[in-house]
Amino acid sequence: MASTANKVLELRGIIKEFPGVRALDGVMFDVCRGEIHALCGENGAGKSTLMKIISGLYAFGTYSGDLIVDEQVRKFANIKDSQQAGVAIVFQELSLVRELSVAENIFLGREPARYGVIDWDTVYAKTAALLSDLGFNINPHDRVGDLGIGQQQMVEIAKALALNAHILILDEPTSALSDTEIEVFLSMIRTLKTRGVACVLITHKLNEVFSVADRITVFRDGKSIASYAAKDVNEHRVISDMVGRELTDLYPRIQKSIGGPVLEVKNLTVPHPTVPGRDLIHDVSLAVRKGEILGIAGLMGSGRTEILMSVFGALHGGHSGSIKLEGETLNLRSPREAIAKGLALVSEDRKRYGLVLEDSVSRNISLASLNSMTKFGVLDDDGEMSIAKDYVRDLRIKTPGIDSQVKNLSGGNQQKVVLAKWMLTKPKVLFLDEPTRGIDVGARAEIYKIVGEMARQGVAVVMVSSELPEVLGLSDRVIVMCGGRVTGEFSRDEATQERIMAAATRFS
Amino acid sequence: MSTEITIKIKQSWRTLTMVFALIAIWIIFQYATDGAFLQPRNLSNLFRQMTVTGVLAMGMVLIIVAGHIDLSVGSVVCFLGVALAMLMQKGVSPEIALLATVFIGVVISLIQGWLTAYQKVPAFIVTLAGMMVFRGLSMGVTAGVTIPLDDSWIKSFGSAYVPAVYGWVIAGVSVATFAWSRVRRRLSALRHHVAGGSSDFGMWAAILGGAALVGGFTATMNAYEGIPAPVLLMLALMVIFNFITTKTVFGRHVYAVGGSVEAAHLSGVNVRKVVLGNFLLMGVLTAVSAMILTARVESAQPDAGQLLELDAVASCVIGGTSLMGGKGTIAGALLGALVMESLNNGMSLANMEAFWQYVVKGLVLVVAVWLDVSSQKAR
Repeated sequence: MASTANKVLELRGIIKEFPGVRALDGVMFDVCRGEIHALCGENGAGKSTLMKIISGLYAFGTYSGDLIVDEQVRKFANIKDSQQAGVAIVFQELSLVRELSVAENIFLGREPARYGVIDWDTVYAKTAALLSDLGFNINPHDRVGDLGIGQQQMVEIAKALALNAHILILDEPTSALSDTEIEVFLSMIRTLKTRGVACVLITHKLNEVFSVADRITVFRDGKSIASYAAKDVNEHRVISDMVGRELTDLYPRIQKSIGGPVLEVKNLTVPHPTVPGRDLIHDVSLAVRKGEILGIAGLMGSGRTEILMSVFGALHGGHSGSIKLEGETLNLRSPREAIAKGLALVSEDRKRYGLVLEDSVSRNISLASLNSMTKFGVLDDDGEMSIAKDYVRDLRIKTPGIDSQVKNLSGGNQQKVVLAKWMLTKPKVLFLDEPTRGIDVGARAEIYKIVGEMARQGVAVVMVSSELPEVLGLSDRVIVMCGGRVTGEFSRDEATQERIMAAATRFS
Repeated sequence: MSTEITIKIKQSWRTLTMVFALIAIWIIFQYATDGAFLQPRNLSNLFRQMTVTGVLAMGMVLIIVAGHIDLSVGSVVCFLGVALAMLMQKGVSPEIALLATVFIGVVISLIQGWLTAYQKVPAFIVTLAGMMVFRGLSMGVTAGVTIPLDDSWIKSFGSAYVPAVYGWVIAGVSVATFAWSRVRRRLSALRHHVAGGSSDFGMWAAILGGAALVGGFTATMNAYEGIPAPVLLMLALMVIFNFITTKTVFGRHVYAVGGSVEAAHLSGVNVRKVVLGNFLLMGVLTAVSAMILTARVESAQPDAGQLLELDAVASCVIGGTSLMGGKGTIAGALLGALVMESLNNGMSLANMEAFWQYVVKGLVLVVAVWLDVSSQKAR
């Protein structure tokens, strides 16, 4: 047990709320000097929110509870304050300027200058010293954009340490690294530990956690559930703490019959566009049958979205493997061809990929079906309005009128508009990517009903989701992805949260 | 429900503001020119002069709505005028020469469109290059010498008028068609209970207002010598392009691409073909504009069309087209062109020095967009 005098970072009773949701609910968290502390939890458990509080991104006053660094209560107003207190955070999305050199990035914002003129000699000398001190084999003059992701990450870490941080927070640091780079990263973490730098590792990868971490804390639904020494527990314990949750009764029980296979994907491999030797998706095979709901579970970055985009013809760059729809081999090069064949895709980010926000409800609903709404080449406005009204009524879309701009609708109603658009194309296969992200419970239930009804009518549904209850509640079958590969396949009866989570965290 | 009406009012507000601005400008110049501005003869000239920019603005709307821009139109108009005049000089019949000119215009635009849509070179760069290339080619081909336009129907077209009788017939038919379309729209709205923004009052106001506008216009034109032929051509094109933007799948796709190119792509829109199509239409309109300009001046001048592209863009923008893409109308663009030309015409008539025209046009452009942006923020 760590004694109080040894804690460099402590959080007591942190509560953080956003409109309608409590992201952090009385969190207790502490880190000891020179400790490697892993923070685990599902997507949305509150880890990133907590990190943003610690780093000062969410300023004092926007949360309640105490943030204590080096035994002093802190009131960070911005990131600079936290940096001055010795806290450095490396986000998952790297914050480097690709066009500038390594040294320029490391000293960004704190360039040593005399009367406004930068002292470049000092900048480069100090950078070189810092990099060699850390054992990084990187040239300070190199342009950051030319470095590999692993090296860019090292530059970020060097930048953090150049600020004399003794508390380093790393958010999903290895998600973009190759196996060898991960090894280098882990040994670097161990080196930092010997220098007394406390590292907080936010990660899903349990094998890495057990490789370097001293202690582990598990978050779930905005609460800190458990905290223990790594040597006292095993993976099963961590996983069950991460998921242990009741399934609520949101999911419709539908009587339906499942037919023959509609979509068959075999040995699908999509190479990574920029990292050589790495695959976004590797040797993935799956099949969906008529009326069946196939859930694809897995953590972010496991390649699930890429499967959908690839089959839908929306991924640039080729793929190998075969895709068959009702026995016919498909070679789709654009979403247009995919839609013509009877595929539909409700994408992850509805505001960016699913809707033309400035346009009306009716125009968004008709967008994918315009060619079939013409009379002698002229758009049938009447027909369009009539169809839009039908969908607004049937799907219970809450909108002032069919001419309202969709950007004024709530998330749930926006998603219903997207669903209406795809339903109008009368698809054979419906792909859903995180269909209820950012949507309140009430609208979720309605969306589940809509999807369930489509399946009952014979549409084959493939649903990617990070929400285990949703996957378990709706799917007839579940496959699990990890690192671009299929790591598990379960029928509805076999699937449990623990089994899915275990398959989702199998390897990096 | 009230949000609906508020939004509709705000959208019409934009158009109304512009109309008021136009009327205000007309009143100011009427005063500044001691009544010469609103004489039928001057108004006839005014409308005739705006056709060159107006035709280009209609094509520019589509291009800007889809998120691009075409800076080459001024130079290409010059080049096409030269082509037309030279072909006729070499003995080619006017009809063939005109077709050839249109063909060349289309080829030029398709090349620019291909580079933009398929090769992903930014339209700004492609058309900037086009602007320079064709300016140079025009000067080279003409060796700096003005090429007179041979006598033909094309030459007369530039200064021709539609006889009063025909003018009234066309006016009558237009009003009748417009009224019918409004009645249909109202009936359709009633059928679907799309209450917001539609009313009997609104329908009658539009019909009567439209009739008054068309009637007043025709009467004024006929008070001088009739509707100028190029103006009729421009109005015909306006009808066609309005139809394209509001009633065709292609038009709908253009707005979708401008609103969100990713959402359009994932919804099955062939984004590249849509952009190429916009450039193709621009090519045709550039040729038409070149014909009108060359006919009016009765020659192809090696430095014709300088800064014409900026006038076209300014017309679109003043008329409510957003440079961000996704928003803009044909009627708005023509209204913008009318505003721009009114400023030109009024300032000339008031004997203001030429440089003022540039200054005032620039200021009006900035103010128009500034007002637009501020009203957006207030939303």
